[in-house]
Amino acid sequence: MEPLLSEIVAKYNYWIYVVLMMIGFYAMIGKRNLVKKLLGMNIFQTAIILFYVSIGGKRGGGIPIVDKHAAMLHGVDATTVVNPLPHVLMLTAIVVSVSVTGVALAILIRIYRKYDTLEEDEILEKIGR
Amino acid sequence: MNTPNLHLYVLAAPLLTAFAVNLLGRVSRTWIGPLVLGALTFSAGGALMTLLHVLREGAFRYTIGNWQPPLGIELVVDPLSALMLLLVSAVALLATSSALKSVAHELPGREHLFFTLYMILIAGLLGLVLTGDAFNLYVLLEITAITTYGLIAMGSGRAALSSFNYIIMGSIGACFYLLGVGYLYILTGTLNMADIAQILPGLDAPAAIATAFAFLMVGLWVKMGLFPLHVWLPNAYSQAPTGAGAMIAPLMTKVTIYLMIRVMFSIFSPDYTFLAHAGIQAGIVWAASLAIMCASGLALAQRNLRRMLTYILVAEVAYMVGGVWLANGTGITGAILHIVSDAMMTLCLFLAAAAIIYRTGSLEFDRLNGLYRRMPVTMAAFTVGAFSMIGVPPTCGFFSKWYLILGAVRAGHPEFVTALLISSLINAVLFFRIIELAYFQPASDLSRSEPQQAGEAPLLMLSPLLLSAVALVAIGLGSGPLIENIIRLAMPPGFAP
Amino acid sequence: MKRLQEQARGRDIGDNLIIRTAVRLLVPFIQLFGLYVIVHGHYSPGGGFQGGVILGASFILLALAYDLRTSLRFMSERTNAILGNAGVLIYTGIALLCALLGGMFLDYSALDRLISLGPIEWRSLGIFLVEVGVGTAVMSIMVSLFWDLGSGGEMDEGL
Repeated sequence: MEPLLSEIVAKYNYWIYVVLMMIGFYAMIGKRNLVKKLLGMNIFQTAIILFYVSIGGKRGGGIPIVDKHAAMLHGVDATTVVNPLPHVLMLTAIVVSVSVTGVALAILIRIYRKYDTLEEDEILEKIGR
Repeated sequence: MNTPNLHLYVLAAPLLTAFAVNLLGRVSRTWIGPLVLGALTFSAGGALMTLLHVLREGAFRYTIGNWQPPLGIELVVDPLSALMLLLVSAVALLATSSALKSVAHELPGREHLFFTLYMILIAGLLGLVLTGDAFNLYVLLEITAITTYGLIAMGSGRAALSSFNYIIMGSIGACFYLLGVGYLYILTGTLNMADIAQILPGLDAPAAIATAFAFLMVGLWVKMGLFPLHVWLPNAYSQAPTGAGAMIAPLMTKVTIYLMIRVMFSIFSPDYTFLAHAGIQAGIVWAASLAIMCASGLALAQRNLRRMLTYILVAEVAYMVGGVWLANGTGITGAILHIVSDAMMTLCLFLAAAAIIYRTGSLEFDRLNGLYRRMPVTMAAFTVGAFSMIGVPPTCGFFSKWYLILGAVRAGHPEFVTALLISSLINAVLFFRIIELAYFQPASDLSRSEPQQAGEAPLLMLSPLLLSAVALVAIGLGSGPLIENIIRLAMPPGFAP
Repeated sequence: MKRLQEQARGRDIGDNLIIRTAVRLLVPFIQLFGLYVIVHGHYSPGGGFQGGVILGASFILLALAYDLRTSLRFMSERTNAILGNAGVLIYTGIALLCALLGGMFLDYSALDRLISLGPIEWRSLGIFLVEVGVGTAVMSIMVSLFWDLGSGGEMDEGL
């Protein structure tokens, strides 16, 4: 019990992201309403973004913005700043997430206009008829 | 023009044309056709020259923006990616010339929007086959996916719902891939594929590496539609507008299989992929065999030509995944040859379906009676495509299946051989059913009483169909030189055809 | 007092007056801040995508405070489409220009052959130019996303 608890406490941020991912994944698959599925997808992608950003964290690390001339004179000490590469990668992932949400919402409007409902089982009934 | 930049001109031409089409297409519709066809012809020609250059001088790496790897984004142009580049641009050119007509027929007034998405999709596919950086792969994968979502949703009927289901499943696949890349980044600190391949063998974290591999593989399997992760594929590809379906169906799954080959051999070494975890390799071949049988069985139950073709596509994906995981040179050769031949076969069959739907408006089996009388050339090309799917020499389908079966026999996987043979028989049943309806049944009263447009599809739709049918036979007859000169160089180190 | 209220309701301003005046005063500053964020991507958090979203948000704010037709008066659909395409064409065009001038794709130091400022200075300036392209494209996408989704494609009241 002791080592398990200390494992969880030491890496609590990763456990939180895993829980978030699973909530999003369940919503994507288990819910019937199409908007709830879309929200689940957003939660899933946001959890992955948070996971990546937390990779770069360092104990006692500061914001990775340095003064240009000080950096050109002394260089940057990598142990004092948080790793900025995952932040930049996740900017791209955020753009992807926004685009997919935009396209999905536009498609949802078309579905609503055609079937007048957003519940998946009602739509499948209307198609099957 | 600088020859080392040629492969990027091949990529840039569709990208620029997309936005030029969006701007100029609003002004007048007649600009779209020449622009699109001109750009894709340039791309195809450039891809051919790149392939010849690589075969003469060897593979090379190209860094974007002159930032040195492993920090910069690197492109890898070796025989395999040059072959895929030529395949993607040639198939895109043939499919586009048919799409021009069917889009004008199905989506009047919105062609400039359709072709913007279409050209961005082609640019994304061309980028996917060139990239050598793991995160760049994710970005391009999502570019192709988002444009595909938009293109599919432009169809009629159930297209919007099918596209939404594809969005959910496709995002799951891409997010799993992103998680895998994240684990690799934590382990190695770099995103460049060659660099990761260098650092990974020296690490001591077997569970983490295995998790990264599992996430990457499952993400790509969802994206390519391997049974049982394929549930989005039949609806999405059969409800798409005809012009989009003819390009998406041959290309997207094949490029994803190419990506799987890259991940398996360029990021993780063949030793790790096949030997590190006992039983995985055999298990996946078993799963692929099961997938082939189930997908072929599902194809038997379909009543609509395009839906049947999409289920056959799912089975073909399983051929290639099983072929690569056979872990010997013959199997991998068969898989790579099958990528080329299956793209051509699927293109030929989907173009034939597009021509049929352009003239008769329906692809249900009971409306296909006596089609031979009205569209003889289309049905001839369809027959060539059908023979290639079944595996009749001298079409290319026979040679790629031959290599796959030979590889399975050498690797000692009789279940894969059984699955391939039974699937060929089921394909024969499926296609001969249609050939019998089209050639030997008289046109039924149902279709005679409605006003019909007699005759073949227009030349713009017919010529790519004939070209792809001829290419099937040409690739088949030339598969020996193809394997000797190109595929042998494209194999991962340590394997021989 | 009651007459003033009835007058205001008739003119359809009413209790929106505070919001409308505040938005009208704020939008130019928001746009200026968006441009600032685009330009300062080098030295502080910012860059093309972030600045483009802020610029787009300024138009969305107008559409929220007034109505969709008013924001269409400030930027018509046609201008939006042209700006969006022009943004991406700037990005790809600069990449192509660098390749045509003899360097690699997106190798800004090759632009030194056009206007000579020194290759290292051009690397810094080249990123700024493509960020302007990215910002314009993102702004037009954000605005058109809001217009199309909020009004269901008809660009009338809806909101």
